[in-house]
Amino acid sequence: MSLSRTPFHGRHVALGARMVPFAGYDMPVQYVGVREEHLGTRAACGLFDVSHMGEVRFRGPKAADSLSWLLSNAIRKIEPGQAQYNAMCNHEGGVVDDVFVYMVGRDDYVVCVNASNRHKDVAWMQAQDRAGAEIVDESDAWAQVAIQGPQAVEVVDQLVDFDARSVPRHHFRVTAFAGIPGCMVARTGYTGEDGFEVFLPADRAGPAWDAALDCGAPMHLQPVGLGARDTLRLEVRNALYGHELDDHHTPLQSGLGWITKLGKPGGFLGMEAISARRGTDPDALVGMVIEGKRIAREGMDVSLDGRKVGRVTSGTLGPSVDRAVCLAWVEKGLTAPGTRLTIDVRGKEATGVVVEGSFLSR
Amino acid sequence: MNVPANLQYTSHDEWVKVEGDLVTVGITDYAQDQLGELVHVELPTVGKHVAAGDVVCEVESVKAVAEIYSPVAGSVVEVNTALDDGAEAINKDPYGSWIYKVRATAAATGLMSAAEYSKKIG
Repeated sequence: MSLSRTPFHGRHVALGARMVPFAGYDMPVQYVGVREEHLGTRAACGLFDVSHMGEVRFRGPKAADSLSWLLSNAIRKIEPGQAQYNAMCNHEGGVVDDVFVYMVGRDDYVVCVNASNRHKDVAWMQAQDRAGAEIVDESDAWAQVAIQGPQAVEVVDQLVDFDARSVPRHHFRVTAFAGIPGCMVARTGYTGEDGFEVFLPADRAGPAWDAALDCGAPMHLQPVGLGARDTLRLEVRNALYGHELDDHHTPLQSGLGWITKLGKPGGFLGMEAISARRGTDPDALVGMVIEGKRIAREGMDVSLDGRKVGRVTSGTLGPSVDRAVCLAWVEKGLTAPGTRLTIDVRGKEATGVVVEGSFLSR
Repeated sequence: MNVPANLQYTSHDEWVKVEGDLVTVGITDYAQDQLGELVHVELPTVGKHVAAGDVVCEVESVKAVAEIYSPVAGSVVEVNTALDDGAEAINKDPYGSWIYKVRATAAATGLMSAAEYSKKIG
């Protein structure tokens, strides 16, 4: 099967990006280097092609009812122009996907889903919807860029005809972007920095990339690949589906209790299972800072006194924290901050110390 | 990609400098470019005995790990401890940043010339 290309593919190649297959797309993993792109985003701003992400439209008078059942967060509490992070769970309380919901209007929502889960998600939504919303996979019609970093708002401000600073976090506007009508400009992101994610009609999106780089040059905007996108999200402990989230662990185990509304009126799919499993699930996600220079990587065993107690889900050297950091499933009794665990780094031992919250101290 | 004519090369993208029975090993410009920014070199222990083709040590970038092989049989006599706190030197100067030296007990075989290696990496 051939790889799909985003509307910006030719631009990545022209910029000399190293391209890799990701979720069925030929995507840029880096342009100049992961570290430089990562640090540039934290210091100024970065431009990311995230067009591989999926978009699913929910329409009709039952759209809110439908989403409230399918998703874990308090979807009825948001207003048009607001966005909300949610988990979509299965009947056993595991996570089908983590999604961002954009409320366009009273009967109109866009759900942004992970690229690798798109087809699974749409099938699940259509099979499990019991309210009767109109559910349409619009992924191929949308391109998406993220502009992230402390200077991102200054860049976006030049590409829209309103004051970009006036858009609160987790809010968005349906508007023209770089002269392209029908875009959604949202103050959301995955890097832990201030910034925007912009949804654009795929057939007209291409020039927005050039316009952003042109307008962003004085703010040191640079293109950033998937490599730095991963190190940026990992430093602030944003979960990645397939790593920290999966069909088996509940959102509570993954540290997403804050978006899991166990008492919500009408309940949600998986809620009873999550409530029942609470307290008996054997493991939970922790963050660890590694002592020394070895780098924990996904799949490595975590042990205590020679006994295996867990497994690393994501690990890297954090360019901003300047330490090796990782996330891992560990036995529930071992999640207290300060707990020291051993990680098997290709036959050599490294010590990881459990920490709470973001690895990035502000 | 820089491939100095005075060195020899392995199929694992190491460069090799042979001076009598002293064999110096590093990674090529091509290898460092493929790996990206190096952040850690796990140096071997001086005195370690190696056979030709053995994994001697490893280098790690932000995203990947690569094993470094020995082109000859012998024992490690010196390691470049400057890389302990400065793995990125390999990115800046791959041919100036040797990783380890082996006192060989047999001649190296199967090494490529600069021309052959340039052809391999295309």
